[in-house]
Amino acid sequence: MSPLNKKLGRDLWRMKGQALAISAVIATGVLLLVMMSGIVTSLDQTRLAYYERNRLANVFAPVVRAPLHMLRNLAEVPGVSAVEGRVNGSALVDIKGLDLPIRAQALSVPDAGPPRLNLPDLTAGRWLARNRADEILLLNSFARAHGLEPGDTLSATMNGARRTFHIVGLVHSPEFLYTVAPGELVSDDSRFGALWMNETALAAAYDMKGAFNEALLTLSRSANETAVLNAVDRILEPYGSRGAYLVKDHTSNRFVMEEIYSMRSTSQTVPPLFMAVAAFLLYIVISRMVQAEREQIGLLKAFGYTSFEVALHYFKLILIISAGGAAMGCVLGTMAGRGMVDIYLEYYKFPLLVFRVEPASFLIGVLSSVLAASAGGFIVLRGVFTLTPAVAMRPPAPADYSRSGRIGASLSRLLDQPSRMVLRRLTRQPGRMLGSTLGIAAGMALAVAMISLFSSFEKTLDLTFNVLDRSDVTVTFTDPLSDTVIYELQRLPHVIEVEPTRSVSATLRNGVESYRGGVNGLVTQPRLNRAVDKNEDALTMPSDGIVLSKSLAGEIRAAVGDTIQVDVHEGRRPILSVPVVGITESLLGAPAYMELSALNEAMREPGRVSGAYLRIDAAEAGFVYRALKDMPSVAGVSLKEDARQAFIRVMNTGAGSMRFIMAAIAGVITFGIVYNAARIAQAERGRDLASLRVIGFTKGEASFVLLGELAVVTLMALPLGAVLGYFLTYGVAAGFSTDIYQIPVVFAPKSYGGAALAVLVAAAFSGWLVKRDVDRADIITALKTRE
Amino acid sequence: MPQNAVPLAFRTTGLTKVYGEGEAAVHALRGVDLEIPSGEIVVLLGASGSGKSTLLNIIGGLDRASDGTAYFENDELTAMSDAELTAYRREHVGFVFQFYNLMPSLTAYENVELVTEIADDPMAPEDALALVGLKERVDHFPAQLSGGEQQRVAIARAIAKNPRVLFCDEPTGALDSTTGRTVLEVLKEVNEKLGATVLIVTHAANTAAMADRVIHFADGAIREVTKNTHKLTPDQIEW
Repeated sequence: MSPLNKKLGRDLWRMKGQALAISAVIATGVLLLVMMSGIVTSLDQTRLAYYERNRLANVFAPVVRAPLHMLRNLAEVPGVSAVEGRVNGSALVDIKGLDLPIRAQALSVPDAGPPRLNLPDLTAGRWLARNRADEILLLNSFARAHGLEPGDTLSATMNGARRTFHIVGLVHSPEFLYTVAPGELVSDDSRFGALWMNETALAAAYDMKGAFNEALLTLSRSANETAVLNAVDRILEPYGSRGAYLVKDHTSNRFVMEEIYSMRSTSQTVPPLFMAVAAFLLYIVISRMVQAEREQIGLLKAFGYTSFEVALHYFKLILIISAGGAAMGCVLGTMAGRGMVDIYLEYYKFPLLVFRVEPASFLIGVLSSVLAASAGGFIVLRGVFTLTPAVAMRPPAPADYSRSGRIGASLSRLLDQPSRMVLRRLTRQPGRMLGSTLGIAAGMALAVAMISLFSSFEKTLDLTFNVLDRSDVTVTFTDPLSDTVIYELQRLPHVIEVEPTRSVSATLRNGVESYRGGVNGLVTQPRLNRAVDKNEDALTMPSDGIVLSKSLAGEIRAAVGDTIQVDVHEGRRPILSVPVVGITESLLGAPAYMELSALNEAMREPGRVSGAYLRIDAAEAGFVYRALKDMPSVAGVSLKEDARQAFIRVMNTGAGSMRFIMAAIAGVITFGIVYNAARIAQAERGRDLASLRVIGFTKGEASFVLLGELAVVTLMALPLGAVLGYFLTYGVAAGFSTDIYQIPVVFAPKSYGGAALAVLVAAAFSGWLVKRDVDRADIITALKTRE
Repeated sequence: MPQNAVPLAFRTTGLTKVYGEGEAAVHALRGVDLEIPSGEIVVLLGASGSGKSTLLNIIGGLDRASDGTAYFENDELTAMSDAELTAYRREHVGFVFQFYNLMPSLTAYENVELVTEIADDPMAPEDALALVGLKERVDHFPAQLSGGEQQRVAIARAIAKNPRVLFCDEPTGALDSTTGRTVLEVLKEVNEKLGATVLIVTHAANTAAMADRVIHFADGAIREVTKNTHKLTPDQIEW
């Protein structure tokens, strides 16, 4: 090995603390990049492969009741390659030991065997026997959540009739990658199920003999999607079309896509931030090193080494630190990704999800970190080229502190000598101090943004489950009913308060923008399920227009005063033109609200309700649940507490758990920056400190000069970090928000306090490490080292 | 005095070096004319700031002149590009510095290797170290060596490439008399054994006693050149 490379190795060893800190910052950036892009790739590729293998439909066309022969007409639509009709009904499943009925979707499969489209995969048991009306296949995740196995029986109420079925098999299905009850947003395996039955039996149960109520279509590659949707709607129009939609609007797929989208956007914004920080750190460290090694550089040049050879020597150092960090990040990112995949499998029910990173991601990770680091290093290495050997051989002239003299003089009565040294250094080299301050402020900003994220989740939880929804139970009816059902509910013992609601599925359009969702009809002065303005004051439902959630307004670019088009997919399927009269805060989903009777009037279905919010006596909840279970018109009952718990679980163990990783990383970075700043200050002041000790200063007094500087820089960084953090929080919140849930920007004092505390702890610990070294340093050797 | 018998190692005419500009300008060299014959030990003597180090830097290829010419043998140093100067230093020049300037992170052996690595026809690092009497300490780091030993490593490093000229900037400046003598002894040996021209810059007048030729510097100009007809050996020098 050449002596220069040996020097390199020993230099690295000497600065191992700093090198490791920088490598760690780079590693975390690459870790996030590799992990996130790997998850994106894995989810997306597995999704597409699974859809293709199990032939998931491209178009779903729900209809009230269409005769089977209409399928032929659908098959003739240009661009349609395959069509299948099925019965899709809602059922209530009765689980032993649970008072609450559980909602389920019942789907038909051909009596002859597995369907051609939306093919479920058997994971246990066998397929349905031909002509058996009492056999079902059950969604695997739902069965596991309730400990059900093939061979068990299950009671379910379909279309008002209660029956007992034999579970013969468990299945995965591409249309239930993410299972969520209609109208809910958070997945809960135990509270929503799906079951498959032979067509004849299910058609009989739902009065669909010779008919279907959902058509599935696959399209050829060249198909014009909009034209197909229009044609399908036209064909099914006479039979009560509920509006055909593309797979991208299918609930399960939409959730998976949102996750992928959110992960992709985070992976594009957060890792570069880490790279920038790493580049900055390397710049500081290498520039300091080149400064300290002027003589050695001059010497090498005097010996006849070319500028290029010398620069290459230092560049290798940069390369090792950055490539080492990147390699570490690749390994850790792959490991973290494997771990995250298991978490994802809890929520996204792929039969198999293998964590796969595209080789390009590794390449991008390594290249971008090396490039970022080099950018930091190159600025310094330019200095290596310009140093003439003769200049390098002379020690740098003492820094000129004369300009700062006046400041010292005016303060001399107030400050002692060491304090003045600190102050003069700060004022004499403002650029360098600003660098350190900016670095620490960046660390603080990261910490602020990450801690704010925690408050944001709490805020989402509070707004959704305490401010907006103040009910205990939500009841959904099988069909819109006459509002007399409300009195029925009110008469139930232990029901304290009932509030009717009507929700209709609809596509909201504003110009070219559209969103497939729904409209909720609320009473004029809602008390249990409310819409609130940005001050969290309840809105009175206006009778002359529609109120959009902020997220929906953003989605279709509508503002108060605009008139939007609402294509209702139910009843007479009216197309409404309604003015936007208000914007409401909502963090989950993208709801729209109208006054209940105004909505019914627009639907030309006066006095209809599709559900109700209930406040009940908690002590007698079991009684209420049993009473609800016995009402044939009830399609589903959901408890707010269950939904809340499911949300918390998702946020703590699912995708939301990413925030813990990010917070830990923010900690690593903050420490890395502060530690580096302390080490650099130590290296620059080592000789001064030794001189002070020789003159007779105590260790404590000498350290004060060094630590005082660190303290001032840290304190200056705190307010700056708070300001930077304020802006960074917006970016991070936007990155984490999806179509389905929004992360609000919350400014809780504790975010700032926590971040400031993290920085102070990091500074104190770094200061202690440095002071320990200063105390140990041999004064004589320190003085011998020529600067 | 004509020097036709011996070829010249260095020749300068009107060599000038000015640092800074205008009123702040410092004239480090004010038109130096000089001839140094090959194979001699030459001592440049003068007070600090007299310009002797500046001269050494320029003819050593470390720095550039503001005006005038300087030749190494038949090559004009003042006309060379940076790359040519680098090659000149790489092939012909050895440097010894007052503060040794060893790489602290390399052992004695490796410090010498640093130079042999890039030289055309170097001696083995162990031979160079043996020449300065440090055969036993090749694996020690600079921090484990005394000042004199460090300077001897620096000399070994300078001579290992078999240089044509050896530049020494205050080589004994940081050493006590005994160690200083040993170092001068080594320089003398190098001069005799390798035939290298040795240029020593110093403000210590006693060192001049061992030189073939002494050039007195003052205010950036040569005040006097004396030839020693009566060279002393380093152990005869009064310290």
